Amino acid sequence: MDFTVITDNFTYFMIGRYPHGALGGVALTLYLALVSCVFALMGGVILGVASYLPFRPLRWLVRGYTHVMRGVPLLMVIFWMYFLLPLAFKQPVPENWTVIAALTLFTSAYMAHIVRAGIESVPTGQREAALATGLQPWQVMAYVVLPQALRNMIPSFVNELVSVTKDTSLAFIVGVSELTHIATQVNNRELTHPAEIFLFVAAVYFVICFSLTQLSRWLERRLSWGEGVRN
Amino acid sequence: MLNYQFDWHIVTSGIYAEWLWQGLLVTLQLAALSCVLGFVLGLVVAILRMSPVAPLRWLAQAYLEFIRNTPLLIQIFFWYFGAYEVLPQAVNDWLNQWRFEFVAAVIALTVYTSAFIAEDIRSGIRAVPREQMEAARSQGLGYLTAMRFVILPQAVRITVPPLIGQFLNATKNSSLAMTIGVAELTYQARQIESVTFKGLEAFTAATLIYLLVSLTITVVVSTYEQRYLRPGGVR
Repeated sequence: MDFTVITDNFTYFMIGRYPHGALGGVALTLYLALVSCVFALMGGVILGVASYLPFRPLRWLVRGYTHVMRGVPLLMVIFWMYFLLPLAFKQPVPENWTVIAALTLFTSAYMAHIVRAGIESVPTGQREAALATGLQPWQVMAYVVLPQALRNMIPSFVNELVSVTKDTSLAFIVGVSELTHIATQVNNRELTHPAEIFLFVAAVYFVICFSLTQLSRWLERRLSWGEGVRN
Repeated sequence: MLNYQFDWHIVTSGIYAEWLWQGLLVTLQLAALSCVLGFVLGLVVAILRMSPVAPLRWLAQAYLEFIRNTPLLIQIFFWYFGAYEVLPQAVNDWLNQWRFEFVAAVIALTVYTSAFIAEDIRSGIRAVPREQMEAARSQGLGYLTAMRFVILPQAVRITVPPLIGQFLNATKNSSLAMTIGVAELTYQARQIESVTFKGLEAFTAATLIYLLVSLTITVVVSTYEQRYLRPGGVR
């Protein structure tokens, strides 16, 4: 084992060619994961709430969408975006946005599931009490149910961030220079130390994802103490 | 919106339909192999994870955390590009007899799937009431014997639905094997796209095939749950 291949290329692994070129490496991995996760959270809340609206075709549409997304590999969604986005916008779309769009559409379906579970975890008494005080149904959702549901779901959201961070590695397939892409580049150039390179990269992902997993576990313990939300 | 001429004949008949069919077979082979092997490995890890010996528990825990917190793609690359550096020569020679990219994909998927299966098995074991173990031990059975004859038979039944779910996950995860040149479904769709430039048709067909697999699995799981796990049903 000879880890000089890592130390020699360390800044390349961390930030790519930045500041002389585009941002890459670990920094781009984190950027893609965070941006996609924020968009997916919004998408998940919209889908999750839509599946509670008293409008049946919309509910079917949401159910169909989440089933499709959960039934196909993320790689498929990435290829779909890769082909469809340029056709839809009638111009080339930057690879970063292809990946963010795919990750957002894909993760939204999983987020919607979490949001639904969150809404269901809020005791019905809350909803009934809010209705009884004269709030409109949308106010009940926006001011009473959702805030409690989202709070209950924070640990699951962090877990989803872990999944998205791992999923950003697939961005390599459309040529986005995140950590996995950098690793294959360095490997193709050196050819002599593949085990060291991929062990190092695995360790980097592990540090990021394991910290987030621990954060989620801590939040789970923290949020379940002496609060009045869950019965 | 789209200015594109569709030509569905390309994927419904002829050589390209044959490619997709071959791809599906490889996808199912990958998923099945890695699920069966992953179950064996996962069972060992789950039992170690609950063993009364602390260092064994730590070892299993470290394995689970490491596998679950690194991307599958990196693990595939490690086994495909890097493993020969760390494996003994004899093992390498033995592995090289086979199509190596397929073997590397199976190893990576097996290891990855085993970590998730181990957690499913552990939840299944924990769902068996604690008294069952206490009663078995007080009858004079050893820890492993009690596991084998009392706890596991009950836990397995509870674990079946999540295990079938893992088969679905393995089917989806196996798409990553295309990156090292395993000719599974996604790879074949990509091939058709690069030969015919009919990417939308090829990927629509592949997407529908994946959906068909996932729909079948969903139906199997809900049938199983209704038949065997419904309260008041067969216990």
